[in-house]
Amino acid sequence: MTQPTPAQPMPAQPTPSQTVGPFFGYALPYADGSRVVPEWHPDAIRIHGRVLDAEGEPLPDALVEIWQTGPDGQVAASYGAFSRDGHDFTGFGRCATDAAGHYWFSTVKPGGAAPHIAVIVFARGLLRSLATRIYFPGEPGNAADPVLSDVPADRRDTLVAVREGDRSYGFDVHLQGEQETVFFGV
Amino acid sequence: MSDPHPPYLYPPYRSTPLRAPSQPLVVPKYGPDAIELSSPVFGHAELGLLDNDLTKQHAGEPLGERIVVTGRVLDSGGRPVPNTLVEIWQTNAAGRYIHLRDQHPAPLDPNFTGAGRCLTDADGRYRFVTIKPGAYPWRNHHNAWRPAHIHISVFGTALSQRLVTQMYFPGDPLFAYDPIFGSIPGEKARERLVARFDMDTTVPEWALAYQWDIVLGATPVED
Ligand SMILES: [Fe+3]
Repeated sequence: MTQPTPAQPMPAQPTPSQTVGPFFGYALPYADGSRVVPEWHPDAIRIHGRVLDAEGEPLPDALVEIWQTGPDGQVAASYGAFSRDGHDFTGFGRCATDAAGHYWFSTVKPGGAAPHIAVIVFARGLLRSLATRIYFPGEPGNAADPVLSDVPADRRDTLVAVREGDRSYGFDVHLQGEQETVFFGV
Repeated sequence: MSDPHPPYLYPPYRSTPLRAPSQPLVVPKYGPDAIELSSPVFGHAELGLLDNDLTKQHAGEPLGERIVVTGRVLDSGGRPVPNTLVEIWQTNAAGRYIHLRDQHPAPLDPNFTGAGRCLTDADGRYRFVTIKPGAYPWRNHHNAWRPAHIHISVFGTALSQRLVTQMYFPGDPLFAYDPIFGSIPGEKARERLVARFDMDTTVPEWALAYQWDIVLGATPVED
């Protein structure tokens, strides 16, 4: 099937996905993975929540990744997501859920008319990843956001974080069940 | 192009019924936006020099069959994806993960952690030196065993290409009994997860070699 580097690229069939399994914990999480910006950053916000199954049981073996623009609405192009220097904004975060199914990030609010954070969830039992978005409550731009308005009205709330006080937002991911989070395909 | 990926719900893999979403995925009419069309950037300076050699991360040599695993990361047009992050993790030669929740009564190897990462080069090529992993039992059903595999995570150029999968070894007798491998629709697609033994990349007196290309999904375009 595989060949040496061809002169002309040939269209290729995509590699199928497989589950991340339960044992990624010593490989994928890394120091400061949750700190897109340090907690002492003047604009730092905390986003946290749980990843839950159909019965509301938390997943102790899920991995949550976020990817977002900075407050200026620009996509970060500088590296440093592994070796946080505390200054450059890299826009990427990775957090494994703990025994209670809980994840957290310290980050800044992204820019744009309807600020949102792209989220990817991996877990044992997920044969392929799930993509969703975190929007922020009370944003005037949310109503006109093309993606949010594409989502059935009665499910839109699953994409909007809950304000918990100054600079803290809650966002649970329900893989299934009555409050099932909206997941996106391409 | 048909969807090459397994379904979320695949009851023979018993962890899926409570975790698979029951609603269809929402495909936004206007497509992805700037953030989803891009991908995080990782730099060489962030990776350790020996991150791609899993046999050199401890004082001594790990036990087992030393192998080179190499291949290219390609987009769906067959074009190499340079400078993208590839992460791997696996059991040791005896089929044991270092993970605390792995209760398989096989020995740990003090000279093997089983985690590595590298960036693809200008031709989209990655290369790891490691130990051939072992099969291991799991509790999915009576006498369930996973075929030997290397877990692998790749970023690509757009978030929608983000892929986590597993690489298998040719001719494994456990393929027919494994619901994770078997969850992939179609034999052709399953074969794409099986590496090819690669005599050309073996290192005489030192290591055998396997070749495995990873093809990411289409690069989406903003409407
Ligand atoms: Fe495994």
